[in-house]
Amino acid sequence: MKRGRGHISWWAFLVHRVSGIALALFLPAHFWVLGNALQGEAALEAQIRWTEQPLVIAGEWVLVILLAAHFAGGLRLLVLELLPWRHWQKTLATLAAAFALIAGLAFALAR
Amino acid sequence: MSARREVVFWVAQRATAVVLAVCVLVHLVTMIYAVRNGLSAAEILGRTRGSVAWGTFYSVFVIAAAIHGAIGLRTVAAEWLRWRGESAELATTIVGFALTIAGLRAVAAVIGAPV
Repeated sequence: MKRGRGHISWWAFLVHRVSGIALALFLPAHFWVLGNALQGEAALEAQIRWTEQPLVIAGEWVLVILLAAHFAGGLRLLVLELLPWRHWQKTLATLAAAFALIAGLAFALAR
Repeated sequence: MSARREVVFWVAQRATAVVLAVCVLVHLVTMIYAVRNGLSAAEILGRTRGSVAWGTFYSVFVIAAAIHGAIGLRTVAAEWLRWRGESAELATTIVGFALTIAGLRAVAAVIGAPV
Protein backbone atom coordinates (compact mmCIF):
# COMPACT_ATOMS: atom_id res chain seq x y z
CA MET A 1 0.00 0.00 0.00
CA LYS A 2 1.40 3.40 -1.01
CA ARG A 3 0.91 6.08 1.59
CA GLY A 4 0.57 9.76 0.76
CA ARG A 5 3.53 11.73 2.08
CA GLY A 6 1.29 14.24 3.80
CA HIS A 7 -0.53 11.50 5.68
CA ILE A 8 0.07 11.23 9.41
CA SER A 9 0.81 7.50 9.04
CA TRP A 10 3.65 8.30 6.62
CA TRP A 11 5.19 10.68 9.16
CA ALA A 12 4.76 8.06 11.89
CA PHE A 13 6.55 5.52 9.64
CA LEU A 14 9.38 7.97 8.87
CA VAL A 15 9.91 8.93 12.53
CA HIS A 16 9.92 5.26 13.54
CA ARG A 17 12.44 4.35 10.87
CA VAL A 18 14.81 7.29 11.37
CA SER A 19 14.71 6.95 15.17
CA GLY A 20 15.41 3.21 14.82
CA ILE A 21 18.46 3.83 12.62
CA ALA A 22 19.78 6.51 14.98
CA LEU A 23 19.34 4.26 18.02
CA ALA A 24 21.07 1.34 16.27
CA LEU A 25 24.02 3.62 15.43
CA PHE A 26 24.14 4.97 18.99
CA LEU A 27 24.14 1.55 20.71
CA PRO A 28 27.82 0.66 20.04
CA ALA A 29 28.95 4.00 21.52
CA HIS A 30 26.66 3.52 24.53
CA PHE A 31 28.02 0.02 25.15
CA TRP A 32 31.60 1.20 24.73
CA VAL A 33 31.18 3.99 27.31
CA LEU A 34 29.60 1.65 29.88
CA GLY A 35 32.28 -0.97 29.13
CA ASN A 36 34.83 1.45 30.55
CA ALA A 37 33.64 0.38 34.00
CA LEU A 38 35.75 -2.76 33.46
CA GLN A 39 38.74 -0.50 34.18
CA GLY A 40 37.12 0.69 37.40
CA GLU A 41 34.79 3.44 38.60
CA ALA A 42 37.27 6.22 37.82
CA ALA A 43 37.43 5.26 34.13
CA LEU A 44 33.64 5.37 33.83
CA GLU A 45 33.52 8.64 35.77
CA ALA A 46 36.00 10.20 33.32
CA GLN A 47 33.72 9.25 30.42
CA ILE A 48 30.66 10.66 32.21
CA ARG A 49 32.48 13.94 32.95
CA TRP A 50 33.24 14.17 29.20
CA THR A 51 29.50 13.97 28.47
CA GLU A 52 28.83 17.15 30.46
CA GLN A 53 29.57 19.36 27.44
CA PRO A 54 26.50 21.27 26.21
CA LEU A 55 26.56 19.66 22.76
CA VAL A 56 26.73 16.15 24.21
CA ILE A 57 23.87 16.92 26.62
CA ALA A 58 21.85 18.21 23.64
CA GLY A 59 22.66 14.97 21.82
CA GLU A 60 21.51 12.93 24.85
CA TRP A 61 18.28 14.91 24.90
CA VAL A 62 17.66 14.14 21.22
CA LEU A 63 18.44 10.46 21.83
CA VAL A 64 15.96 10.26 24.72
CA ILE A 65 13.28 11.78 22.49
CA LEU A 66 14.17 9.34 19.69
CA LEU A 67 14.02 6.42 22.15
CA ALA A 68 10.65 7.56 23.49
CA ALA A 69 9.38 8.13 19.93
CA HIS A 70 10.56 4.70 18.76
CA PHE A 71 9.00 3.11 21.86
CA ALA A 72 5.65 4.86 21.39
CA GLY A 73 5.67 4.34 17.61
CA GLY A 74 6.48 0.66 18.14
CA LEU A 75 3.53 0.28 20.50
CA ARG A 76 1.35 1.93 17.87
CA LEU A 77 2.56 -0.58 15.24
CA LEU A 78 1.96 -3.55 17.55
CA VAL A 79 -1.56 -2.32 18.24
CA LEU A 80 -2.28 -1.74 14.53
CA GLU A 81 -0.90 -5.14 13.51
CA LEU A 82 -2.18 -7.29 16.32
CA LEU A 83 -5.40 -5.57 17.43
CA PRO A 84 -8.43 -4.45 15.38
CA TRP A 85 -8.11 -0.75 16.25
CA ARG A 86 -7.25 0.80 12.85
CA HIS A 87 -9.60 3.74 13.17
CA TRP A 88 -7.58 4.82 16.22
CA GLN A 89 -4.51 5.46 14.08
CA LYS A 90 -4.50 9.23 14.37
CA THR A 91 -5.08 9.16 18.11
CA LEU A 92 -2.28 6.66 18.60
CA ALA A 93 0.15 8.64 16.46
CA THR A 94 -0.69 11.78 18.42
CA LEU A 95 -0.23 9.98 21.73
CA ALA A 96 3.12 8.62 20.48
CA ALA A 97 4.34 12.12 19.61
CA ALA A 98 3.09 13.50 22.93
CA PHE A 99 4.83 10.74 24.89
CA ALA A 100 8.12 11.37 23.08
CA LEU A 101 7.92 15.09 23.81
CA ILE A 102 7.02 14.58 27.49
CA ALA A 103 9.84 12.06 28.03
CA GLY A 104 12.33 14.40 26.33
CA LEU A 105 11.22 17.40 28.37
CA ALA A 106 11.31 15.41 31.61
CA PHE A 107 14.89 14.32 30.82
CA ALA A 108 15.90 17.86 29.89
CA LEU A 109 14.47 19.27 33.11
CA ALA A 110 16.07 16.54 35.24
CA ARG A 111 19.52 16.84 33.57
CA MET B 1 15.10 -15.15 0.55
CA SER B 2 12.82 -17.88 1.85
CA ALA B 3 9.27 -17.22 2.98
CA ARG B 4 9.90 -19.24 6.13
CA ARG B 5 12.90 -17.05 7.04
CA GLU B 6 10.81 -13.91 6.52
CA VAL B 7 8.13 -15.25 8.87
CA VAL B 8 10.76 -16.09 11.51
CA PHE B 9 12.21 -12.57 11.26
CA TRP B 10 8.74 -10.98 11.38
CA VAL B 11 7.80 -12.91 14.52
CA ALA B 12 11.21 -12.26 16.13
CA GLN B 13 10.88 -8.53 15.42
CA ARG B 14 7.44 -8.36 17.08
CA ALA B 15 8.39 -10.63 19.99
CA THR B 16 11.51 -8.59 20.76
CA ALA B 17 9.42 -5.40 20.40
CA VAL B 18 7.13 -6.59 23.20
CA VAL B 19 10.12 -7.40 25.45
CA LEU B 20 11.74 -4.05 24.55
CA ALA B 21 8.54 -2.14 25.32
CA VAL B 22 8.87 -3.21 28.96
CA CYS B 23 12.66 -2.75 29.04
CA VAL B 24 12.59 0.72 27.44
CA LEU B 25 9.89 1.93 29.82
CA VAL B 26 11.97 0.79 32.83
CA HIS B 27 15.11 2.29 31.20
CA LEU B 28 13.46 5.68 30.56
CA VAL B 29 12.10 5.92 34.10
CA THR B 30 15.46 4.82 35.59
CA MET B 31 17.34 7.32 33.40
CA ILE B 32 15.13 10.27 34.27
CA TYR B 33 15.35 9.31 37.97
CA ALA B 34 19.13 8.76 37.82
CA VAL B 35 20.00 12.13 36.25
CA ARG B 36 17.97 14.18 38.76
CA ASN B 37 21.04 15.07 40.84
CA GLY B 38 23.55 14.79 38.02
CA LEU B 39 24.88 11.60 36.49
CA SER B 40 27.90 9.90 38.08
CA ALA B 41 29.71 6.58 37.88
CA ALA B 42 29.14 6.14 41.63
CA GLU B 43 25.37 6.47 41.15
CA ILE B 44 25.28 4.01 38.23
CA LEU B 45 27.59 1.42 39.80
CA GLY B 46 25.99 1.84 43.23
CA ARG B 47 22.77 0.62 41.69
CA THR B 48 24.16 -2.09 39.40
CA ARG B 49 27.32 -3.49 41.01
CA GLY B 50 26.73 -7.09 42.14
CA SER B 51 22.99 -6.89 41.35
CA VAL B 52 21.66 -10.13 39.86
CA ALA B 53 18.31 -8.43 39.15
CA TRP B 54 19.83 -5.54 37.13
CA GLY B 55 22.27 -7.96 35.48
CA THR B 56 19.41 -10.17 34.32
CA PHE B 57 17.31 -7.20 33.22
CA TYR B 58 20.10 -5.56 31.19
CA SER B 59 21.15 -8.92 29.64
CA VAL B 60 17.60 -9.52 28.40
CA PHE B 61 17.46 -5.88 27.23
CA VAL B 62 20.74 -6.20 25.29
CA ILE B 63 19.83 -9.48 23.58
CA ALA B 64 16.36 -8.23 22.60
CA ALA B 65 17.79 -4.91 21.34
CA ALA B 66 20.53 -6.69 19.34
CA ILE B 67 18.01 -8.98 17.60
CA HIS B 68 15.51 -6.16 17.06
CA GLY B 69 18.16 -3.73 15.80
CA ALA B 70 19.76 -6.21 13.42
CA ILE B 71 16.41 -7.23 11.88
CA GLY B 72 15.36 -3.57 11.66
CA LEU B 73 18.57 -2.60 9.85
CA ARG B 74 18.06 -5.58 7.50
CA THR B 75 14.63 -4.18 6.59
CA VAL B 76 16.04 -0.68 6.06
CA ALA B 77 18.86 -2.10 3.90
CA ALA B 78 16.35 -4.00 1.76
CA GLU B 79 13.84 -1.18 1.36
CA TRP B 80 16.04 1.92 1.17
CA LEU B 81 19.34 0.53 -0.19
CA ARG B 82 17.93 -2.42 -2.21
CA TRP B 83 20.53 -4.55 -0.40
CA ARG B 84 19.14 -8.08 -0.20
CA GLY B 85 20.39 -11.66 -0.49
CA GLU B 86 23.06 -13.64 1.27
CA SER B 87 25.45 -10.70 1.81
CA ALA B 88 22.68 -8.76 3.57
CA GLU B 89 21.82 -11.82 5.68
CA LEU B 90 25.48 -12.19 6.65
CA ALA B 91 25.74 -8.49 7.55
CA THR B 92 22.56 -8.78 9.67
CA THR B 93 24.01 -11.75 11.53
CA ILE B 94 27.32 -9.96 12.15
CA VAL B 95 25.54 -6.81 13.40
CA GLY B 96 23.35 -8.91 15.72
CA PHE B 97 26.28 -10.80 17.21
CA ALA B 98 28.47 -7.68 17.50
CA LEU B 99 25.73 -5.76 19.33
CA THR B 100 25.12 -8.74 21.62
CA ILE B 101 28.81 -9.14 22.51
CA ALA B 102 29.39 -5.39 23.02
CA GLY B 103 26.18 -5.10 25.05
CA LEU B 104 26.90 -8.09 27.30
CA ARG B 105 30.43 -6.73 27.84
CA ALA B 106 28.85 -3.45 29.02
CA VAL B 107 26.50 -5.37 31.33
CA ALA B 108 29.44 -7.34 32.75
CA ALA B 109 31.25 -4.03 33.28
CA VAL B 110 28.51 -2.32 35.30
CA ILE B 111 27.64 -5.46 37.29
CA GLY B 112 31.18 -6.61 38.05
CA ALA B 113 33.06 -3.29 37.98
CA PRO B 114 36.15 -3.23 40.20
CA VAL B 115 36.09 -0.56 42.92
